Amino acid sequence: MMDEENLKQIARLAKIELKEEEVKEFSPQIRSILALFDEIDEVETEDVKPTFHVFGLKNVFREDAASPSLAGEDAIKNAPKKERGYIKGPKIM
Amino acid sequence: MNNVMIGLEVHVQLNKLKSKLFCGCSTDYQDEEPNTHTCPVCLGLPGALPVVNRKAVECGIKVALALNCEVLEQTLFYRKNYFYPDLPKGFQISQYDFPLAVNGKMSIETDRGEKIIRINRVHMEEDPARMIHEGGIQYSRHSLIDYNRSGMALLEIVTEPDLKSPKEARRFLDKLRSILEYLDVFNGDLEGAMRVDSNISLAGGDRAEVKNISSHKGVEKALSYEATRQKNLLRRNIKIIQETRHYDEERGITISMRTKEGEEDYRYFPEPDLPPMSVKSWTERLKDEIPELPDAKIRRFVEEYGVKENHARSLTSDIEIADYFETVCKSSICTIPRQKVVRRAREIDPNMAASWIVDVLKGELNYREMKIEGSPLTEDKTIKILKDLSSGKITEKNAVEIIREILDNGGDPEEIARRRGFGRLDRSETEILVKKVIEENPKVVEDYHKKKKRALNFLVGKVMALSKGKSAPKDVNELLEKYLCED
Ligand SMILES: [Zn+2]
Repeated sequence: MMDEENLKQIARLAKIELKEEEVKEFSPQIRSILALFDEIDEVETEDVKPTFHVFGLKNVFREDAASPSLAGEDAIKNAPKKERGYIKGPKIM
Repeated sequence: MNNVMIGLEVHVQLNKLKSKLFCGCSTDYQDEEPNTHTCPVCLGLPGALPVVNRKAVECGIKVALALNCEVLEQTLFYRKNYFYPDLPKGFQISQYDFPLAVNGKMSIETDRGEKIIRINRVHMEEDPARMIHEGGIQYSRHSLIDYNRSGMALLEIVTEPDLKSPKEARRFLDKLRSILEYLDVFNGDLEGAMRVDSNISLAGGDRAEVKNISSHKGVEKALSYEATRQKNLLRRNIKIIQETRHYDEERGITISMRTKEGEEDYRYFPEPDLPPMSVKSWTERLKDEIPELPDAKIRRFVEEYGVKENHARSLTSDIEIADYFETVCKSSICTIPRQKVVRRAREIDPNMAASWIVDVLKGELNYREMKIEGSPLTEDKTIKILKDLSSGKITEKNAVEIIREILDNGGDPEEIARRRGFGRLDRSETEILVKKVIEENPKVVEDYHKKKKRALNFLVGKVMALSKGKSAPKDVNELLEKYLCED
């Protein structure tokens, strides 16, 4: 069930910073959303195939042909930090 | 080794494709400036729509079939969510449940004979960007990111933990590489074409994951280091913890990566932008496009040409070498797989050709870091050299010299032999020398008739000296006896 620890873990995975009072505020809200799913869980789905995709499309492909790419300067235009054509990012180990 | 168990996750770039997995950006970025082969799809810009490259799926199915896998009826892409600078979208499009294919197997040659390695699954995913840490990952303060690689089609091939030593792991990867190159879906010479993660554990310990082994040659070293490290811990009764370790290729060691807070949770869910695929029906058609693979070729070389099995194995480990051998051996004009016309050549013993290609040519190529394809030593030149060798026109040493010179500077075998004074003299040329020696040494000839054994040896030596060693010893002996008897 959604306790405060779960919520903090999810926020961490999503890289969202939550203040302690926000954790207190959101926990019951998310609990109530999850309660809704508990209700859905009660529907009998024994004979229903799982749905992975809602449009009923399948096998949409493109042929293997190269098309022009963005110019280098356009590709990195929005990056806050760059160096010699590279985007500069944090070091993560 | 005390019960080492190794499983591999091999990431293979389908780098023979023209375009990336989900966009039309060119795959030809190896020598290009960073971030010049990107588009909204592979940069993960909002609103961009990925569309699957049909040929990438076909390549994946061919690999799956070559590894004796079962292609699933329905296959799906998923989002694997995590944050990392090499992943512009905040998720990687990969596969999870419903991979392309499962339950395969591949055999490898071990010191104790053939061994089957089970393949757990083959799935498709997009390659992340390339990250550069200047001064090494431990010392650099930031990363530089090049998205040219982002979105390249990757296959992930996952084995069961059936490999029992670092050496077997390397054998597996060598064999896998040769199968991929036979299928013409992969060029293993390109940087980053094959990257390996592995699980390794010893009996009585938890398993460690070793990531970032970036060459198939590095695998044996990385795993040997890790096996030894674990063995030493066990010996000192220190518990091996389950952890992820990073292979530092330069220093040849594995480093523990900081344990992440909380368990990794990728929150996989089906990729809503990519409809499911149902491609099992393609397998019949694609089966027909699969060429003769290494195992079958080894059997055929042994049966058809009568070459030794170890020679057949070595010849077939590289398809270019295998084709080269067949071109040299075929004694009639015909076509072989990969549509090369085989030229006419006679008097070449396949065993001799096999032994020269495996024992001499491969070594000379390796030494020069050359490939046979595109080298100046074309098949017709090797045919000429081997013919002259078997007819006694040149010596084995001459043949090696000619091969070396052609690899270094090009040229024609006959011209080189002439220029460098290689080769045997004709019998008629030796005959002239024999007559001359008999004429100039009447005293020795007299000794010969007095049955002095040393006299004949002296005359043989004289003829050989005159011919600079190029007279056939058989000719010299026969001709000397003939003319001495006529005296
Ligand atoms: Zn792109």
